[in-house]
Amino acid sequence: MTEVGRARRRKEDARLLTGRTQWTDNLRPPGTLHVAFLRSPMAHARITRVDVSGARGMTGVVAAFCGQDLAAEQGSLPCAWPVTEDIVIPDHPPMAVSEVRYVGEAVACVVATDRYLAADALEAIEVDYEPLPAVVGLEEALAPDSPKVHESGNQAYTMKVTSGDVDAAFRDAPIVIERTYHQQRLIPAAMEPRAVLASTDGDSYTVWTATQIPHVLRVMLALTTGIPEHKIRVIAPDVGGGFGSKLQVTAEEVLCLLLTRRLGRPVKWNESRSEGNLTVHHGRGQVQRVKLAADADGRIRGLRVELLADMGAYLMLLTPGVPLLGASMFNAIYKMDAYEFGCTGVFTTKMPTDAYRGAGRPEATFGIERIMDELAAELKADPLEVRRRNWIRHEEFPYTTISGLTYDSGNYEAATDKAMALFGYDKLRAEQADRRDRGDPVQLGIGVSTYTEMCGLAPSRLLKEARYAAGGWEHGAVRMLPTGKVEVITGTSPHGQGHVTAWSQIAADALGVPFDDITVIHGDTAIAHKGMDTYGSRSLVIGGVAVLQACEKVREKARKLAAHVLECAPDDLEFAGGAFTVRGTDARATIQELAFAAFTAHDLPDGVEARLDSEATYDPDNYSFPHGTHLCAVEVDTETGLTRIRSYVAVDDVGKVVNPLIVEGQVHGGIAQGIGQALFEEAVYDADGNLLTSTLADYLLPSAADLPDFVTDRTETPATGNPLGAKGVGEAGCIASTPAVVNAVVDALRPYGVHDVAMPCTPERVWRALEGARS
Amino acid sequence: MIPAQFDYVRPDSLDQAFRELASDEDTKVLAGGQSLLPLLRLRLAYPSKLVDVARLPELAGAHDRGDHVFVGAMTTHDEVMRSPVVREGCPLVALATATVADPAVRHRGTFGGSLAHADPAGDLPAVVLALDGVFVARSAGGEREIPAARFFVDYLESALLPGEILTGVKIPKLGDGWGFHYEKFHRTAQAWPIVGVAVAVRRTNGAIQEARIGLANMAPTPLRARAAESALQGAELGDQVRQACGEAAEGTAPPADLHAQPDYRRHLARVLTHRAVRTAAGAP
Repeated sequence: MTEVGRARRRKEDARLLTGRTQWTDNLRPPGTLHVAFLRSPMAHARITRVDVSGARGMTGVVAAFCGQDLAAEQGSLPCAWPVTEDIVIPDHPPMAVSEVRYVGEAVACVVATDRYLAADALEAIEVDYEPLPAVVGLEEALAPDSPKVHESGNQAYTMKVTSGDVDAAFRDAPIVIERTYHQQRLIPAAMEPRAVLASTDGDSYTVWTATQIPHVLRVMLALTTGIPEHKIRVIAPDVGGGFGSKLQVTAEEVLCLLLTRRLGRPVKWNESRSEGNLTVHHGRGQVQRVKLAADADGRIRGLRVELLADMGAYLMLLTPGVPLLGASMFNAIYKMDAYEFGCTGVFTTKMPTDAYRGAGRPEATFGIERIMDELAAELKADPLEVRRRNWIRHEEFPYTTISGLTYDSGNYEAATDKAMALFGYDKLRAEQADRRDRGDPVQLGIGVSTYTEMCGLAPSRLLKEARYAAGGWEHGAVRMLPTGKVEVITGTSPHGQGHVTAWSQIAADALGVPFDDITVIHGDTAIAHKGMDTYGSRSLVIGGVAVLQACEKVREKARKLAAHVLECAPDDLEFAGGAFTVRGTDARATIQELAFAAFTAHDLPDGVEARLDSEATYDPDNYSFPHGTHLCAVEVDTETGLTRIRSYVAVDDVGKVVNPLIVEGQVHGGIAQGIGQALFEEAVYDADGNLLTSTLADYLLPSAADLPDFVTDRTETPATGNPLGAKGVGEAGCIASTPAVVNAVVDALRPYGVHDVAMPCTPERVWRALEGARS
Repeated sequence: MIPAQFDYVRPDSLDQAFRELASDEDTKVLAGGQSLLPLLRLRLAYPSKLVDVARLPELAGAHDRGDHVFVGAMTTHDEVMRSPVVREGCPLVALATATVADPAVRHRGTFGGSLAHADPAGDLPAVVLALDGVFVARSAGGEREIPAARFFVDYLESALLPGEILTGVKIPKLGDGWGFHYEKFHRTAQAWPIVGVAVAVRRTNGAIQEARIGLANMAPTPLRARAAESALQGAELGDQVRQACGEAAEGTAPPADLHAQPDYRRHLARVLTHRAVRTAAGAP
């Protein structure tokens, strides 16, 4: 049996679950100082005076600085995605100097001998603010008389792409449906809060940080601070979740580096949960105007999408690009004649937004899957039947969509049929009809989401077209040690995904060595010297392929060596089970034995180096396109408005599966996170720009007790774009589940005349929707 | 967040605790810490000293005292919900306690701590109010008893005086013929109730003879739904009970917050009271 496809328990788990591991917070080099940040209590204000002198004299305090003190060296936090020619990218000092633009922006800091003294000393810093008006709502921000977030105004960029004749598609269309959907802001809330430790030996610097992107961060730290790149080493030790929130170059990372340079001692920062709610970049934050034109039989003619995307106060690493990751996804799995997508990035005096699990695709999937249900309601047809009339049929792949992407493979029919069977679709529809007839106060709703997404970010050439500042390749290296054990070095940076296990499985098959003889090294720029890191469900489909290709190169090197040892021609050798055999004989040499031969180098053929290692950098030609059908049944208590998920079925097609256990975990977590958006989570700002959900008592995350058992299954249509046939699974659950749940809630309420409930669909919102419809 | 500096003492006896409390007016009593520590960490409270009474033997455990159950103030929620004395003598307390937060909180948080905190959104204040519990407070000067109806003074404010420590609560046993239910409405399992309704009813011959209803999170203090209680007297299950429970929101002053506006809370109070009364009365 091959290793790929086995439900291996994760090599990482014993360490992570027992806490015997290296979180950044567990690292305590001698002489470490602790920094605490004073943060703006105002959403928008001019800083007229900062006096840190009161803090400087306090017990244990080593230094205190304000933004002005660091202004000459702190640079501006980078934005790597100038999505249009004329985008406005405002200066973004890591520590505010003259103006604050969101509650939580750092205005001063104290460095002390311990964390507690640093926090105490913050209270001795005096700051005078001259209040400026907050800018909170997106439509309001674009009004001509709105106060400005930046001098240039509140529009970061605006763009539009059109494909086909959109006007013609809408002209005389028998059915036109227009809806506005709100994507509330979400707080990523990774289990491990952020943490940074920076140290110096006088000339060079090491930064340990809870990041998803050690390699990208190293480049960005060099560009931002002017410290030469070869003098910076970035280490992502064990990292406890990210969901995009650690795909960032943060103010705190830059400032810890600058502070260690100033003070010559290690400087550490640990984020508190409430500090994180305020200052970890938020996700989502869109107003979506979606307009769909269809024929009388439900065939889609055209789609128009116009987004207002909340950038927050500044453009961070990928801020402006995130909504545009949805630009090619609103058309989803459906065929249509014309499509238009427009997006305006809007500055507000709130925490900047950026990537959050799915980044742009969940928003797009929500918009299209919600309005497909509205189309079905308009036609009085089954929502799956309406989808079936419009989706790309299995035999039509590869298929170039209206937005210009080429989907390599897919089988929407198979996934949907399987999901319907597991769900008991017809039986639940019958129960629904019965409850409607009886006027049961608890109504049943059935929600559908037939999603696809683009992931495996991404082909470098396509990233260039998208004006993204970096490439999308990934690096892998493999070295066989003298005793035949194997080290795999990857440029991906796992923070909970289980790459150590999955990459071991890939290498075990490719080299024919035991799973347990392989170790995987990652997350240290001095050791894993090259990488593009982990986000966008890219690690397996790009980084995993790089590992596979590096293994294949090692195998070919070993073949030459084996031919020499076994005194035959390389082509006479068969490779199986980790050994080369001379065809038709029993003469054989294992690759693990050959590793020792390469080490001693006593008898190498001419031109063969004394090494059995190799590396590969893989850059795909296309994205990958996981898809699937998620079905959700909810019971809505029409007296209280409470929604309870009764059953949830997910059939995903993520291509070839390396480790089903890991896939299962990703799907479960993703569904839970998407349900969080549908029913529970919302970052709420008041009219003055104060975040009201700064603790987890107010920002409600679902726990296991709030979720049903998920029924999961798969269809397996291999991706044709990469040799693993894998598509990526990191975000799929989160992309699919939100519309499935909201569609179910609305489906339950439709007989009452309700056709939308804003997210999160809280009991109060559901009750008010019912009250509104009753009156 | 990180709390400001404070001193911490753990006295061995109540008398020593009283001396510690008297030594400094900014001293606070620390029980399980499930409410006080978050306030400290968010720097919303700056006590100079915490007097940890959680392990004082005088305050531990639930005891059968004949006509009532005495629940020691430092009995943890987990101990309360598992205590045979509580489950038999005042089952409503056990039912409601089982809904408090999550297992981690229930192992640390205490019965008396959550009552003395006097949070109207807490589960237990409404329960003890519905059951006419009697609070026992002690100070260096002696002991006094405070009926539940006078214990909850205002938002986060109890009748305890400086220097007083709540030692426990007497919960009268209601005897035969009573049914109980705690109806908690919250968005996630760990969340505070948006509205909580604690109900004890005595039902004979199909009609409610007597009802006691405590409401959580419907005013700055926990409340009794007195209008509904009297309307329920003699009401038969069905329309009569439904109608009586329609008065559950009379006299309430519910808060507006992120989770609900006052009109919605009033609506919930009526619906949940009806459900709780029906369940307590053993309706199918």
